[in-house]
Amino acid sequence: MSYTDRLRDWLLTDDAALMLGVMTGLYALFTVFGTVLGLNFAGIVSTLQQITFFAAVYALLALALNLQWGYAGLLNIGVAGFMAVAVYTMAMLTAPVNAPAGGVPGLGLPIWVGILGGMTVAAVAGGVVALPALRLKADYFAIVTLAFAEIIRITYNSQLFQTFSVAGFEMGTGASRGIPAPTNPVLSLYYTDPSNYSAGTTAFGSMVFGAFGAIGLDEALVVDITYTLILIGFLVLYYVLLSRIANSPFGRVLKAIRNDELVARSLGKNTRWFKIKTFMLGCALMGFAGILWQGSQSLITPTQFTPMLTFYIFIALIIGGAGSNTGSVIGGALFAGLLFQGPVFVSRIVETVFSLGTAPNTFPDAVAGLAALRVEPLLAYTLSNLASLRFVIVGLVLIYLMLKQPTGILGHRKEIAASIDITERVSRENSVTPPQSEMNPSDSQSRGSGEDDR
Amino acid sequence: MQMSDFYSGLRDSVGDRPLLVVLGVCVLILLLDLVRQLSSGALPARNLAIFLKNGIVLGLIVGLAGVGLSMIYSILGFANFAHGDYLTTGAFAGWMTSYMIAGFGAFGLGDLFLIGIAGDATTVGVGAGVATTPIAILAGLLVAIVFTVFLSVAIDRLIYSRLRDEEGITLVFTSLGVALVLRYLIAFVWGQNSTGLTSTAEPKFSVSSIGLQINAHEITVAVCSLLLMFAVHYLLQYTKLGIAMRAMADNRDLASVTGIPTDRIVRSTWVIGGGLTGAAGYLMTLESGTLAFNTGWTLLLLIFAAVILGGIGSIYGAIFGGLLIGVASTVSLVWLPSGFTQAAAFALMIVVLIVRPNGLFGGVTTA
Repeated sequence: MSYTDRLRDWLLTDDAALMLGVMTGLYALFTVFGTVLGLNFAGIVSTLQQITFFAAVYALLALALNLQWGYAGLLNIGVAGFMAVAVYTMAMLTAPVNAPAGGVPGLGLPIWVGILGGMTVAAVAGGVVALPALRLKADYFAIVTLAFAEIIRITYNSQLFQTFSVAGFEMGTGASRGIPAPTNPVLSLYYTDPSNYSAGTTAFGSMVFGAFGAIGLDEALVVDITYTLILIGFLVLYYVLLSRIANSPFGRVLKAIRNDELVARSLGKNTRWFKIKTFMLGCALMGFAGILWQGSQSLITPTQFTPMLTFYIFIALIIGGAGSNTGSVIGGALFAGLLFQGPVFVSRIVETVFSLGTAPNTFPDAVAGLAALRVEPLLAYTLSNLASLRFVIVGLVLIYLMLKQPTGILGHRKEIAASIDITERVSRENSVTPPQSEMNPSDSQSRGSGEDDR
Repeated sequence: MQMSDFYSGLRDSVGDRPLLVVLGVCVLILLLDLVRQLSSGALPARNLAIFLKNGIVLGLIVGLAGVGLSMIYSILGFANFAHGDYLTTGAFAGWMTSYMIAGFGAFGLGDLFLIGIAGDATTVGVGAGVATTPIAILAGLLVAIVFTVFLSVAIDRLIYSRLRDEEGITLVFTSLGVALVLRYLIAFVWGQNSTGLTSTAEPKFSVSSIGLQINAHEITVAVCSLLLMFAVHYLLQYTKLGIAMRAMADNRDLASVTGIPTDRIVRSTWVIGGGLTGAAGYLMTLESGTLAFNTGWTLLLLIFAAVILGGIGSIYGAIFGGLLIGVASTVSLVWLPSGFTQAAAFALMIVVLIVRPNGLFGGVTTA
């Protein structure tokens, strides 16, 4: 079967329809938001680009986390730490040898070496954590990963390593001031000198900028769109890779471990080694996703890697449903679109549609308006403090999900550990038994919501 | 003969746990280095005494908060990630009360409500403290306890009680949601800046021989924490409720069959655990003198480290773990720069877990 045939087959599946449907829905919603706000064409395109960017990075991270948690059942709540290791290693390897004043010296290696180095170090860090910690109970393992991530962040934040030298090579982390990220390689596609735009554009750059300039999209936006498209390319790679792993003999062992580790071990599988390999691979993938995300910012600081980042990725995965790659992608998109960007746009719309006046500075002032039967001060205060309220919404959604659908949108689908669906054969041979999938062995991911099985 | 037995025994135990030996050597080296630094004067005795004092005060607070976390873990079987935010909520409720009593009449209620974050009721203006406004502090502590008790029982009724039969991981994520809601509701009302709380003019008592100074707030914190810990110890060991709780932690079904009203025990656990957490929140902010919306969240990892170090489920483990974490984080300053206090505490936890995978008091899940 050729690849085009496979692609066509896949596009006709439910999973592809779901993912494309979710993205189309998000695009439609934000186009409406943009129109109501009176944005022009470029503004709307820019909005959609941002949504896609965040959806893609959260989907990448959720996919990597799904390999560890959804398939192997390893509760890693130190994702931010492993991302930090990869991103910092990349930045330190690629930083210029002769740093400008106030900069951080590095090894000046090409960017692909930096990326590979970052992923390798993240994988090694994962191995170092997993090797001793896998002996622990799940809860203890989780806390150890979190503690490790915090130690990493504290280390990168420390003045001690702002600059240091190893075997005569000057390098550093930049401490709390951060380390500049390398120039985005996408820029060299368009500009002859990425550090100085006025030096002129490449032939390809002139062509593309000209074409997009004609429909009103400026150069910066074109660069952002290009980078987002590259992210989507990597997302497809991750999805294919992880789906293949899940259906390979290796993946079946992982699912068996998740369902019942004792059985897997009784069948002669070295479950510990499987777990360590999975954990290391997951960490490398998280590291690369981190490089694609945080490495594309101009500055890398330790505050970008607080434990909350890990929990956002978990929330994205939980929304989609742990144990499902398609769910991970959808969860990432919904989390980034609806929970992160959605409230910002809603508040902007409320601000433009109703004129609320200046917001009171403090909560008592806002409530004082209520006594005079005026709601506007409280409403204006609410909108100006949306940054806080957004997290309240995230929390409420998480609680609601746990109460109503703890397995997420797609988590109730059961991926069986065996290569052949035994239950299917039973129902075919014995026509008395109605065809159904409820006879699967108990699955640790199914938490009593089997009634809406599809 | 006996000698060779001893050596072969030693060799066996060393061979079994090479890691333990390596760690033992590391600890020995650190201790020797400590003695060397003390005797050579590189580390004045006064500095070490200050580190120890700060560590013990922090450790008592962490231990107090850890007891609540540990009790909930052993009775309900999940790690409550909202625990740190219960602590913050208690502290905010307590300090609002303290400010309203200490600054009553002098400032408007709206200003006092903001406990110095904004408005006229500034920290210096109100001048709250154990010596200056003892009644306000006592009332604040009581309100912090009572409010956190109500909060934890209400959240249990509303949310956790519906998930009694779910797995621990579902509850962990639910508690994460609760944590986010609580923390950012506080941020919504009081903003994201931290505020000073107490007047700095507190009486200090000095131990003249080494020049160590202990202020009134630290003494208050130590006395209150120790009293509360003894109260919990008495309650668990000698009252009917305590025995029922330990039975339930041991085997829930068996406890239920024996006729122990498990629902009521769960509620009592939240009452005691919540109360201790509220007290820890108020006492911690009394000692540090600052409060922000994420005070408890940042402390949560230390509390977890303490509880796990001691062995989840054991309250004595939590107290001991708290002290160990507190002292380790401050004494680490002898060797490490000041940014690494928390990192040292986490590293200690990881090391202990490698050697004793169930924590120091592990396996004792009798509350």
